[in-house]
Amino acid sequence: MLDFLPKQLFLFDPLSLFFLFVIFIVSLPSAIYSLGYLKKEYSSFKIILSWFLLVIFVLSMVAVVTVGNVLLFLVAWETMSLVSYFLVVFDTTHEKSIRAGAIYIIMTHIGTAFLVAAFMIMYKYAHSFDFIAIKNVCLVMPVLTKNIVFLLLLAGFGTKAGIVPLHIWLPYAHPQAPSHISSIMSGVMIKTAIYGIIRFVIFLLGVNSTWWGVLILILALITCLVGVIYALMERDIKRLLAYSSVENIGIILLGVGLAMLLMAMKMPYLAVFSLIAGLYHLVNHAIFKGLLFLCAGSVYKATGTRDIEKLGGLIKKMPQSAVYFLIGSMAISALPPLNGFVSEWLTLQAFFHGALNSTGGTKLFLGICAAMLALTGGLAAACFVKAFGMVFLGLPRSHYVQSAKEAPFSMNSGMFFLSFLAVVFGIAVGFIIKLLAKVAAGVMNIDISSMSFSLTNLILTPRIGLTAVGVGKSIYLSTPMLALVLAAMGLVGFVLYKLFGKGKLIIYKIWDCGYYKLDSRNEYTGTAFSKPFRIAFSFFLLPYRKTQKIRESFYHIKSFAYETHTTPVFKKYIYEPLVALVLKSAKFMRRIQPGSIHLYLAYIFCTLLLLIIFMDKF
Amino acid sequence: MKIILILLQLIFFIVLAPFLSGLVAKLKNSFRMRRGQSVFQPYYNLMKLFSKGEVVSQTASWIFKVTPFIVISSTLTVALLVPVFILSSPLYCMSDFLAIIFIFALGRFFLALAALDTGSSFGGMGASREMFISSLVEPALCLVVFSISMQFGSTNIFVFSGMHAVSVSSIVAAIALFLVVIAETSRIPVDNQETHLELTMVHEAMALEYSGRSLALIEMAAHIKQMIWFFLIAQIIFPIAVLSSINLTGLFFWGLWYLARIFIIVITVALVEVLVAKMRLFRVADFLGFVFVLGAIATVCAILGV
Repeated sequence: MLDFLPKQLFLFDPLSLFFLFVIFIVSLPSAIYSLGYLKKEYSSFKIILSWFLLVIFVLSMVAVVTVGNVLLFLVAWETMSLVSYFLVVFDTTHEKSIRAGAIYIIMTHIGTAFLVAAFMIMYKYAHSFDFIAIKNVCLVMPVLTKNIVFLLLLAGFGTKAGIVPLHIWLPYAHPQAPSHISSIMSGVMIKTAIYGIIRFVIFLLGVNSTWWGVLILILALITCLVGVIYALMERDIKRLLAYSSVENIGIILLGVGLAMLLMAMKMPYLAVFSLIAGLYHLVNHAIFKGLLFLCAGSVYKATGTRDIEKLGGLIKKMPQSAVYFLIGSMAISALPPLNGFVSEWLTLQAFFHGALNSTGGTKLFLGICAAMLALTGGLAAACFVKAFGMVFLGLPRSHYVQSAKEAPFSMNSGMFFLSFLAVVFGIAVGFIIKLLAKVAAGVMNIDISSMSFSLTNLILTPRIGLTAVGVGKSIYLSTPMLALVLAAMGLVGFVLYKLFGKGKLIIYKIWDCGYYKLDSRNEYTGTAFSKPFRIAFSFFLLPYRKTQKIRESFYHIKSFAYETHTTPVFKKYIYEPLVALVLKSAKFMRRIQPGSIHLYLAYIFCTLLLLIIFMDKF
Repeated sequence: MKIILILLQLIFFIVLAPFLSGLVAKLKNSFRMRRGQSVFQPYYNLMKLFSKGEVVSQTASWIFKVTPFIVISSTLTVALLVPVFILSSPLYCMSDFLAIIFIFALGRFFLALAALDTGSSFGGMGASREMFISSLVEPALCLVVFSISMQFGSTNIFVFSGMHAVSVSSIVAAIALFLVVIAETSRIPVDNQETHLELTMVHEAMALEYSGRSLALIEMAAHIKQMIWFFLIAQIIFPIAVLSSINLTGLFFWGLWYLARIFIIVITVALVEVLVAKMRLFRVADFLGFVFVLGAIATVCAILGV
């Protein structure tokens, strides 16, 4: 009778431990950061409340990645969603927060509905909610059911992860929470959805149709590109970071989707390799996105604005935060020798080796996937040149910057910790890959002992050789060596610099073309910076611009008004019609609710009757 | 031994790179029936800049000051990874074609930041355009690398550094790579090195606020970057065998061919610069789209095995 009760409460396999690790490396510095961040910003009651919520939030995420039972998973999942909702609306004074919270809670529950449906179907076959029981029964599940469950899971977890077009809540909710919470939400919470996909689709369901991987790859590509293009257009620093999270989820899913495709194509070793790439990017994104959100929070606290067009020149007022933001930007732009470079390179290599060992059209498809990943990388670099350049470099663009001060020690130590990790994860590659290989192999149930990973701390040589399909060539990359060479070559540059005499260094104002003083109004703005991209991607962004000359007389133009914005395509063409439809049908449904008690009694009677017939029939 | 090789290769690139730029300029002028500057003009320029003092903007921070070193460091690092001497490089195990794209990106990222650092609007303009062009170059370049590497089974440059059969795929890939190089080395029709007109300049606008020794480093990095790309294209389209017999005539002809193939590329670059007009910035997107399609064609050819 009570067979739905859990027999297996927890599951601590390498995958769970890996995600636990990710949760802690971001939550810990964020918590330390919040010591300084919350002070003076909120009342003491609110500070206590925020700590309380933070603890539940982190614990619920811990539960999500460690429970071994679907029912408990749902409970943890819902707790996580609800607590994060309260954190999104934490700044109750802002009207924006309430709205962002509403969008978030609706979207996240739509996602949960899909999950519940998927879990019900699983239960119908397994008669148990335990992971192990479900895993066993999934081996004999009919293909059609399996496909349906996969699609439901993808929609459910996709909403949480922010896969386009289900990403709509992410750029509203993430920036609205206090910064240390944004950091945890973007760094970790959306990763729990990736955990869900890996745990339920790869581990429990088992991949055996190629189209699953292809579907995820296509969705991931769209997610990457849409995320980064919107990030480039954004002028709110935290929303920019949120869109960039959408992009990075896409990159992670490229690794995961490729792993699924290769697994279905019976190339287990390569599948393990690409899952390693995906997981590596996952932990990297947790590190640098957590870092960047913390830095954005410092900027916001110091200046009181998140609009990058009003910032500038902060590198002189906040030198430490600037260094941390620079490290984060370099990591996210995949520059060597930091961590983002390693995982993006691994993902590209996974695509290359996948293409090498597959045939015909798949080769071209994987090649184009890799090219699109490269495009994403290029656009992300542009995006973060803009973000760092507009916020920290040049002249201050408004009075907001005048009173800015460096963040206190507690905030800086949180950021320092994450910057340090960004460097460590770029250098200690061999060691980390070895650990990730264990995680990936555990999930896919592949024996990797025959896979010769000759990893030293210095040179990374994952030999993919002797896969099921043929002999591949080993690939090499040694980031410590690369860092060393880069430093040495910098030194060569320095020697060249010093070799020829010693010319004088003069500090002088910028060349102003013979006009008088140039001020910050002559500087390039973020909107101007992203203009080439706005025009090149105008087919998608549908930019709107209006110029207006305000004349004093026919000859004299007093001022000039310029307005430009891009069309939020998904909101306008998908969500707004959808909301309108819901409202319309609600209006229609109101007719059957006139308030008469007799009618309601009749409804109850009819329902009972139907239920009795239903019970009898089935 | 390894250290000597490293030093040799460094000196080779630092010493010869300005010569190639001078050669292109000289050839361009010859095609235009002008006398033109001396082939050694880039050396004179560098000497002059190195011995001069520099002016730094008041607005600039430490980013502006470290950027020349980072730019030259990323370029020289790639220079060490490229096969030049006896078709080997001291760091051959890391000569990954994909990694090279990222290493170049490091220098570009900082140059763009330095351009924004000065607070000059020219810098912002240059940074914006450079990041725009480079982000469109990357997918095309990636696809080209894929098509080339797919024939040899690895993205390491050394797998195709020996003698190999030239296929249709590698010719198409080399053409695509050539177009990429035009964009990467800021040449006509994508950019124009000769002008400082604010409407057209891209790379020059980023380096506009630099002067003296810092400018010398950045210019030298540009020369070296160009030389690296020339050597890579040469190796793909005109593969050369490792010198087997050590007799004098053999060495002579081998050396002649070794240099001639670089010269062929230099002539082509100069011809393109003379014959083609500079494109508008937004036409560059179409141009690079075309390169992307070429890359896709090269990949298809590689799949078909031709």
